[in-house]
Amino acid sequence: MNTPALWRRRQLVGFLGAAALPALAQFRVEVTGVGLTQLPIAVAPFRGEAAAPQKVAAIIQADLERSGQFRGIDAAGAVLDESTRPDVTPWRQKGADSLATGSVTRLADGRYDVRFRLWDVVKGQDLGGQSYAVAAGELRLAAHRIADFIYEKLTGEKGIFSTRIAYVTKAGNRYNLWVADADGENAQSALASPEPIISPAWSSNGTQLAYVSFESRKPVVYVHNVAGGQRRLIANFRGSNSAPAWAPDGRTLAVTLSREGGSQLYTIDANGGEPRRLTQSAGIDTEPVFSPDGRSIYFVSDRGGAPQIYRMPSTGGNPERVTFTGGYNISPAVSPDGRWLAYISRIGGAFKLQVMELSGGGAVNSITDTTADECPSFAPNGRLIVYATRQNGREALMTTTLDGKIKARLAGQGGDIREPDWGPFQK
Amino acid sequence: MIKRLLMALAMTAVLAGCGSNVKLDDVPVENRSGTAVTPGGTGAGTTGSTQTGVTPVTIDPNASAVPGPAGVARIVYFDYDSYVIKPEFQGLIESHARFLKANSGRKIAVEGHTDERGGREYNLALGQRRSEAVRRALGLLGVGDAQVEAVSFGKEKPAENGSDEASWAKNRRAEIAYR
Repeated sequence: MNTPALWRRRQLVGFLGAAALPALAQFRVEVTGVGLTQLPIAVAPFRGEAAAPQKVAAIIQADLERSGQFRGIDAAGAVLDESTRPDVTPWRQKGADSLATGSVTRLADGRYDVRFRLWDVVKGQDLGGQSYAVAAGELRLAAHRIADFIYEKLTGEKGIFSTRIAYVTKAGNRYNLWVADADGENAQSALASPEPIISPAWSSNGTQLAYVSFESRKPVVYVHNVAGGQRRLIANFRGSNSAPAWAPDGRTLAVTLSREGGSQLYTIDANGGEPRRLTQSAGIDTEPVFSPDGRSIYFVSDRGGAPQIYRMPSTGGNPERVTFTGGYNISPAVSPDGRWLAYISRIGGAFKLQVMELSGGGAVNSITDTTADECPSFAPNGRLIVYATRQNGREALMTTTLDGKIKARLAGQGGDIREPDWGPFQK
Repeated sequence: MIKRLLMALAMTAVLAGCGSNVKLDDVPVENRSGTAVTPGGTGAGTTGSTQTGVTPVTIDPNASAVPGPAGVARIVYFDYDSYVIKPEFQGLIESHARFLKANSGRKIAVEGHTDERGGREYNLALGQRRSEAVRRALGLLGVGDAQVEAVSFGKEKPAENGSDEASWAKNRRAEIAYR
């Protein structure tokens, strides 16, 4: 049984609104869709979890199902733990290829000892396990770490279940910028304001959020240290300042400024200072996003008459157009491997999430059936996209696989929810 | 109530703790003339005859109390996807231009808005086009650039919350705000 050498306790959130969210915003995960290749897995209830503050097995199963790459096999009533070798026959009969078992034990000092083991049901093999000693408040994180272990063991890819997302809610005249787990739970407020907050953007190392705030009656850009709450105003030039995007090295941001008239792209040092102009067009240039290698910037421009997505060298130079389907394409997001572009297209009055392959034929897929999609953002393993949309008249956050086949709604209560940004892998 | 107060205090604390070297305010310090006070008499501009050599300056408190031209509308409305100022709003713009030229110490922000349809950042830029159109129109009438800052709220601060054409029409606007 391996115990991970480094267990870093995550410090969340500075001094505004440091309390964790009460029942007000419980997220329910509703997963819809059937994927072509889904690995069937049973996650048996962990021995002792009924008495613990978190139902660890359910969190693990929900994570795996939300990825779209797993199908949960019912394990209700199973009495197993990580040290008992299971009889795999009944699990094979239920159609499972894998089985996870475990236990949650309260320690004398009030912490919890969480252990698990993963079993290959087909070969009857022990695939390994881990144990963690965590405070009650970190039980969800332990479950997410277990889901990551299982995901990586069975797919060969890095899991994103321990990552974080940022998003904004509006409740009456109150706006909050939240930092939550990738499943939407455990949200903590990084900023509370009586004026709008838009365009949160995680730095590559996950310690800072850039965002646009209207608190001084015009849009300005802040860079905000999430753990400590300190923030610095990096763009408050004449006119509007918006659309911050981090370069992968964390030293520069691209922003949209109107200081010289019109909305144009500039780069600026992450500590603020004099911006350097990047685009020179008579139209609107906005929504910059760096390519993963930092060498290009994708952005929205209506220099051709209507908003389309372009790409230019990040040091400056001639942009080339990237989107050619439809007459209104905005909000680009690039996958971490640089292969896919997600964006929003206005089609017949509806705003719909599109995924385009950047190389090869450049095929475009429209992957949702909702009509008010906004703000796509890739998970750091490139396998999921989080976006904001409207369902039944209410704003909601959704995740989807890139082919659109598996979707999960992160349903919130108590206010409209929008502007998601998926954070990086935790170090 | 307490929660609001605490939040306000926290916000103030955060803003105070910014410690950034970026200037928070682009607004230049205004040079207002005042009256010099000398012993034995008053009179504008009499300096140098006092023993201590200090000329106190009194700021006229009345200047910033004027809210803007009375009885003049402050909102210009726009058609969908447009930032063209329609002829019916020309009179409004002329009234504000007259006021601003007569009160060269006064400043306004022109706040551009869009209806709710479309992306937030692109709409922020469209709202900016609207506010800049109004600024340009004021400039053509002789208003100094330093008196007018054009900003945008995009679709974030609608005047009407409905999702019908009547509400949308009320949200596509540029508002003149005396600061």
